[in-house]
This record gives sequence, structure tokens and C-alpha cells, in this order.
Amino acid sequence: MLKQLNTVKQLLLSCLLAICLGPVCAATAPDQWQMNMYKGVTPISHDIYWLHMVAIWVCAAIGVVVFGVMIYSLIHHRKSKGYKPASFHDNTRLEIIWSIIPFVILVGLAIPATHILARMDDSSEADITIKIVGYQWKWQYQYLDQGISFFSNLSTPYAQLQNSQEKNAWYLLEVDKPLVLPVNKKIRFLVTSNDVIHSWWVPELGIKRDAIPGFMHEAWARIEEPGTYRGQCAELCGVNHAFMPIVVEAVTEQAFEQWVATQSKAAAAPTEQNTMTRDALMALGKQKYDMVCSACHQVDGSGIPPLYPALKGSSVAVGHPISRHIDLILDGIPGTAMQAYRDQLTDQEIAAIVTYERNAWGNNTDEDIQPSDVAQVRKELEQPAIRVKQAHAGGLQ
Amino acid sequence: MSHTMSPESSHDDHHDHGPQQYRGVIGFIKRWVFTTNHKDIGTLYLLISLLSFFLAGAMALLIRVELFQPGHRLVDPNLFNQLTTMHGLVMLFGVIMPAFTGMANWQIPLMIGAPDMALPRLNNWSFWILPFAFSLLLSTMFHAGGGPNFGWTMYAPLSTHYAPPSTDFMIFAIHMMGISSIMGSINIIATILNLRAPGMTLMKMPMFVWTWLITAFLLIAIMPVLAGTVTMMLTDRHFGTSFFEAAGGGDPILFQHLFWFFGHPEVYVLVLPAFGVISEVIPTFSRKPLFGYHFMVYATVSIALLSFIVWVHHMFTSGVPLGAELFFMYTTMLIAVPTGVKVFNWVSTMFRGAMTFETPMLFAVAFVFLFTIGGFTGLMLALAPADFQYQDTYFVVGHFHYVLVPGVVFSLFAGAYYWLPKWTGHMYSETMGKWHFWLSVISVNIAFFPMHFLGLAGMPRRIPDYALQFTNFNVVVTVGAFIFGFSQLLFLANIIYTIRKGKKVDGQVWEGATTLEWTLSSPPPYHSFTTPPSIH
Repeated sequence: MLKQLNTVKQLLLSCLLAICLGPVCAATAPDQWQMNMYKGVTPISHDIYWLHMVAIWVCAAIGVVVFGVMIYSLIHHRKSKGYKPASFHDNTRLEIIWSIIPFVILVGLAIPATHILARMDDSSEADITIKIVGYQWKWQYQYLDQGISFFSNLSTPYAQLQNSQEKNAWYLLEVDKPLVLPVNKKIRFLVTSNDVIHSWWVPELGIKRDAIPGFMHEAWARIEEPGTYRGQCAELCGVNHAFMPIVVEAVTEQAFEQWVATQSKAAAAPTEQNTMTRDALMALGKQKYDMVCSACHQVDGSGIPPLYPALKGSSVAVGHPISRHIDLILDGIPGTAMQAYRDQLTDQEIAAIVTYERNAWGNNTDEDIQPSDVAQVRKELEQPAIRVKQAHAGGLQ
Repeated sequence: MSHTMSPESSHDDHHDHGPQQYRGVIGFIKRWVFTTNHKDIGTLYLLISLLSFFLAGAMALLIRVELFQPGHRLVDPNLFNQLTTMHGLVMLFGVIMPAFTGMANWQIPLMIGAPDMALPRLNNWSFWILPFAFSLLLSTMFHAGGGPNFGWTMYAPLSTHYAPPSTDFMIFAIHMMGISSIMGSINIIATILNLRAPGMTLMKMPMFVWTWLITAFLLIAIMPVLAGTVTMMLTDRHFGTSFFEAAGGGDPILFQHLFWFFGHPEVYVLVLPAFGVISEVIPTFSRKPLFGYHFMVYATVSIALLSFIVWVHHMFTSGVPLGAELFFMYTTMLIAVPTGVKVFNWVSTMFRGAMTFETPMLFAVAFVFLFTIGGFTGLMLALAPADFQYQDTYFVVGHFHYVLVPGVVFSLFAGAYYWLPKWTGHMYSETMGKWHFWLSVISVNIAFFPMHFLGLAGMPRRIPDYALQFTNFNVVVTVGAFIFGFSQLLFLANIIYTIRKGKKVDGQVWEGATTLEWTLSSPPPYHSFTTPPSIH
């Protein structure tokens, strides 16, 4: 009851604020009442902001004139005031004048717009090239010159989405691994997609590029200030479209070099394969399942059939061989939303997910899958001859 | 049998009489299913539109409930996507288009001095396809796997290989709606070109008739493109083609080109008849002829022609080459010129008129103000570099809702209040009408204006959950949407009141009205003009 009362109070307050104090608040607390475009931190974003403001003021000026005349008539030319209607209904000269004046204004706007567009298009002579691949529902970043590649997932816990936990300050705008970029370097982005169309958008960089399967599109940025810049996918890409944010960490050139060095080292180090207890597997499994799998297969494993099959009681999740279950996660099913998680999840994480799926929601198979089991399947799948045999066996079951 | 001509079969040619009456419930159904009368069919179109309006409006309110606060509330993301898709499809194909077709059915014969539409049986068919098309479309919400969940724009490959099975039903429903629209358009063109009263030259036709003539040509040009596009979707889904599948040598962008080649003229299919209604209402209540009639006609034609060469402005971020971006930016900006001419002419019509502010005029004045605001944001969106920040955000949602709600829907209200006394023979309640207007005009701005702020601050469209910084304006938007939604019940109440209890009116309902329908009784005789009126 108290909670409801609070909501109502908040609602009334918000209305009042929006109507009376909106502009004032916008000046003092830009986060909560942000009303305008961000000026951004790249030359292009500055240009866009400038063009945007010019367009607003041009529109406002035209509006004042047109609405001014209209409001004047609405007040004065009323029948209730005894005003007698005039009978004029044509004036070719006037028509021509009010066709030409807007045309001239438009030309005035088109010239700077053309220049900015040409600048946006010029991604030549870049210092660094980053390839961005959109996946349902995460981004993959590949540093083509540095040989670094990783996936960037939403890191907001599932409990916060369900309102059972206090929300973080950057709720839905936080990721496990941000894209780290140096400042004052010309960075070229190559944007594409692995499945459906996504759109990589970071407002403060002034970049929005659709990620389209089969196409590689370019954009560029020269970030002027170190900082954290956040964005989101801007093209509807399925169930979890709202849950694939972008975080760009802009650092000094020196810090960037250091970061590159640590990344390269981490990639070279072999991962440890420890045997895990059932509880540890289930805990990690649930966490990863809710984050990675639940968008399609649902939290309770019921799926959205026939598009996204149920895992509860499914032949894959309770049947044998278990290697088929692991195989489906590693390689996915081409041409469907079930993508290959080979490069996205570690052996440990896959083992945990498989264990969880085989023991949750009444799938009581009482089986533990260890990271070493996953590693073995992974190795076997990499050998072409066995791969064919496996696929065949899987298909016949 | 053929040698006898019964007197019954020849008697109904010349006399004025009502619809053929049958007995009982079956008789009632037969009377409406078999009717070929333009007024009956017009009424049916308007009723299906009213029904869809509340249905699609309810979907919008569900969307707004989910967006009232961040976090999962009522609707899960998959259902949310279905709701946004259906809200869009139903509002466009089920509300605005049938409403204007209904008005065209009622008004075009009345305004050009004709007895009925030129092709009455085709008319019957083009209406009766619609209830089946909508049942098919709405049934998808109850299919296994849910309804279409990829937005009304149906971008491939999300709508092909990644879409639920019910998509095929949506495709078939779109085919049916397309056939209905094309037949309706053929009928409207045939009526306008053939059944005008002697002396009514094209350049003497009322603006509403002109805008519909142009709209009908637009529909005939674009509906087959949409039908072809969704058929390609269908074959991609089931017959192994790869029109939109990059992996098979196809092109996902091709879908967008085809869709928007339909989609942008479609915007003007929705808006041009609205211009027509406003061009009828404003002169009547200003007691002054429409200013610049000839230029209004030319402007309408130019808008229609330009609408075919601007479609890529919906796809500026999709990686089209620089030259194409420039071309489509310039053409899009150019549309502001004829649209501006229209607004200036409406303002000049009001200027030095003797205005009164009955409900239709109130909605028309609000239309001119708020549609112009939608036009301003449209101009901003036309600037390609700025569009890179606006594209696919709430700024766009705000823009097109300004054009379509206080724009097109307000013009529908204006038209409905303007012609309701003529159609029913009863006056609506002015008090209720004014309440409806003021509640709508205030709430529509509370609902849609903050969307611009949200978009500029970085909120993408079509998301069921959002970052905390967007909370405040989303609360405001939801509150506005609910006030707007529930205010529309007043419109429904007013219609029922008008039919049941409204004061009787004579033929000339409005003092300043000059078009032909006002020379007939209210309601007009069943076969409108059985003898053509003389035009001076």
C-alpha cells in the first residue's frame, strides 16, 4: 500500500515537475531530465550537434512567424467579435514568395549538412581498425591490428531486471568487457552482423551504424577526451534488443598500450581445468543460463515453441549422449537463433550451463558435467573426421 | 422465366427508398453483408475503424504500462515486441486507412453530385475482405510461438528465418488488405472521373475529393510493391529463395529499399486525405473560401510525386553510399516546400475570416499547429548527418506520432464531428465535443512531446526496458497516454449520443459550408443525387 502511495506521489510530482520545472531541472541535473542531444566528444558529434541546434532555431523562427499570424487571427478574426469575413481567396505572387523563401532556407541548411556528411564518410588514414560484429544479443569486438577479440555482454544481474534487487546506477548500460580505445587517434570501425540486423550506436561518438549480415560498413571517430561513453543497439533485433548495451572506455594512448599488453598475455595463458562440485556448477550454471540462454529458452526452461524449443524434459537436455548436448552449445544450429558459443563461453561456463540444464526444472538426471568433459568434446569436434560421425549420430537419434 | 420482366425488378431504378429490408437477425446480417450502398459501406468502414482504434489504443496503453518504470513490469519482452508490431499494423491498416476510405465512401458521391459509387459491388467486396484480414492478423497473437514480433517494418532477416510461424498469417493478411485497398482505390478513381455532376470540372472539385483522387493513385502504385515484398519474405521463409539472405547471395538491404518504396508514399496515403478534411473544415468555420485552391491542388500533386523519390531517408544509417545519401536528403528537404504552401494557405484562409470554434474547427486548428510541429521535426530528420543521431530513437517515435495522432487522427475527429450531423441527421453534443477536444489536445502533448527529449537523450525505440536516466520522462509519457486513451471514450459516447438523442438538424448544418452535400437533407436520401445538381 505504502509502495503504491509512493508511486502515485512520484507520478504526481513528476507531472508537476515536467510541466513547471522541466527546463530548470534540465539545467541542474542533466542525467534525470536530459532534454537535448549530447554534444559528444568527437569532431563529428560536435558537427552534428551544431547542425541540430541550427535546425531547431530555424524551425523555431519559422514557427514564431507562422503561429504568430495564426494566433493573431484566432484572437481577432472571430465572428463573436462581429468581424466580417473578407472574400479574398487567391494571390499568385504570395504563393510564389512563400515557395521561394522556404526553398532558400532549405538550401542554407543543405550546404553545411552536405559538408558534414562528406566528412563523416571519410574514414581513410585510420590509426586503428576495430571490427564490430553484432550477435543476438551481444557485441563482439576485434582489434584487427592487435589481434585481440572478445565478446561484450550486458552485466546487469538478472535479479535487477526482475526488480528483486536494487538497480545499479548504470542499469542496462553496463557490460562485462568494455571496448577500450585510445584518445586522439583516428579509429575506424567496421560494422557487421552474424545473424539479424543490429545497429551500433554511441551518441557521444556521433556514430550510428547498422550492423547488417553480409555487409561491412564503416564509421570513424577521433575521441577527444578520456572517459566512459555508453550506447545501445538501435535496431530491433529480437527478444533481447534492449539488453545489448555498448560501453566504450576511452583512455590515454599509454594506458591503451598497457591494456593491449595485458590482453595479449591473458590470451596466451592456458585456462585451468578444476573439478567442480555440484553446488558450484549449479550456482554458476544458473547465473550464466539466466544471462545467456533465458531470453529464448525462458527462465523456467519452457522456451517459446515452436521457435525456441523447451529444454524442460527435452531429448537434448535429459537424453544421451551428453556430448550432443555440449555439441549444440559449442557449435549451435546454423541458420537459427541458436548460435555457436564456442568462442563466447569457457569450458567451465558451458559445463555449468549443461549441468544446470540437466538438473533444473525437474530434469533430474543427477549428472555432473565437468569442464574437462567439455574440453574433450571441443577437441573432438575440431577433428573433421570425427565431426562428421558425431553429427550423423546426433541426427539419427 | 426470362420472357417475363417482373415489375419489382425495374421499380428500384428511380425512386428514393431505403435499404432492402429482410426479417429477423439473419435479415439484419443479410442487409449489411449484401449492401452495395455507398453510405452503408462507408458506415461499415467507419465502424471497423472505430473498433480497431480502441483495440490498437489498448495495445499502446499496455506498452506504456510496461514503460512506466524501468524493470520488468507486466509484459515480457517477446509480448512487448508483438504489441509494438500489432499496434503499428492495426493503427495504419485498421484505423487510419479504413476511416478515410469510409469517409471517402460517404462523402465523395455527396460532394461531386453522384447517386452512389461507380462500382458498388466491388465496393462491397473491398470492405468485406477487411474483417477477415484483421481476424487473421489478430489471431496470430494466440498462435504457438506468438505473433509477429519484428516491428511493423518487418525487417529481414528478423522477419524471415528468425520469425515465428505465425508470420505467414500476417503475410496473407497483408495480401488481403492490399487487395481491399487496390479495389477501393479503383472504385474511388472511377467514381471521381466518371460520376461528377455536369459542370463540375476537376478544378472545381472540393479539396477532399482532390486529395482522395491523388491518394487512390498512390495506393494503386504502392500496394503491389508491398504485396511483392511480403511474398518474397514468404518464399525466403519456405521455398528456399534468398532474396534477403546474405548467406545465399541475397541482400537484407533490398528488403528495406522495397519496403520503404511502399512505406514512404504510404505515409502520404495517410496524410493527404487528412489535408483534404482540414481544407474543408477551415473554410467553413472561417466563412471564407479556401485560400489558394489551385496551389493547394498543385502542392498535393507535388507531395505525391516527391514521395516516390525520398524513401532512402528511412535508411540513412544502413550504409548507403554518400551520393545516394545526398540525393535523398535533398529530395526529402524539398517536400517541406509544398507542405509549407499548404500550411501557409490554411493560415491565410483563417486570416481575416469570421471564425467560430465548434468542435470540428477546434480539431482543425490543433491539426495545423501540431502537424506543423511534426513537420519541423521531419525537416530535422531530413538532415542526414543529424539523422544519424535521431534514427531509431524516441525522437522518431515522437515525430511520427505528432504527424499521425494530433495530425491525422485529429483530422479524422474534425471530419467525424463535421459530417456526423449530415450522416445521422442529428447534432452531436457540443459540450462533450469540447471536453473531448481539450482533454485530447492537452494529453496528446503530454504523451508525445517528451518523446523528443527521450530520443535526444539517447533512448532507442522498441525497447521494453530502459536505463534509469530515462525514467522521469517515461512516467510523464505514460500519464499523458492514459489521459489521451481514456478521453477517447468521450468520442464514442458522443457518437452514441448523437445517433440516439441528438437534436434534429436540417440540410445546411453549418452556416459557412458551401459544398454539395449540404444541399441535401440530413441524413441524405439513400441514393444521394438521383438527378445531378447544377453547378455554377
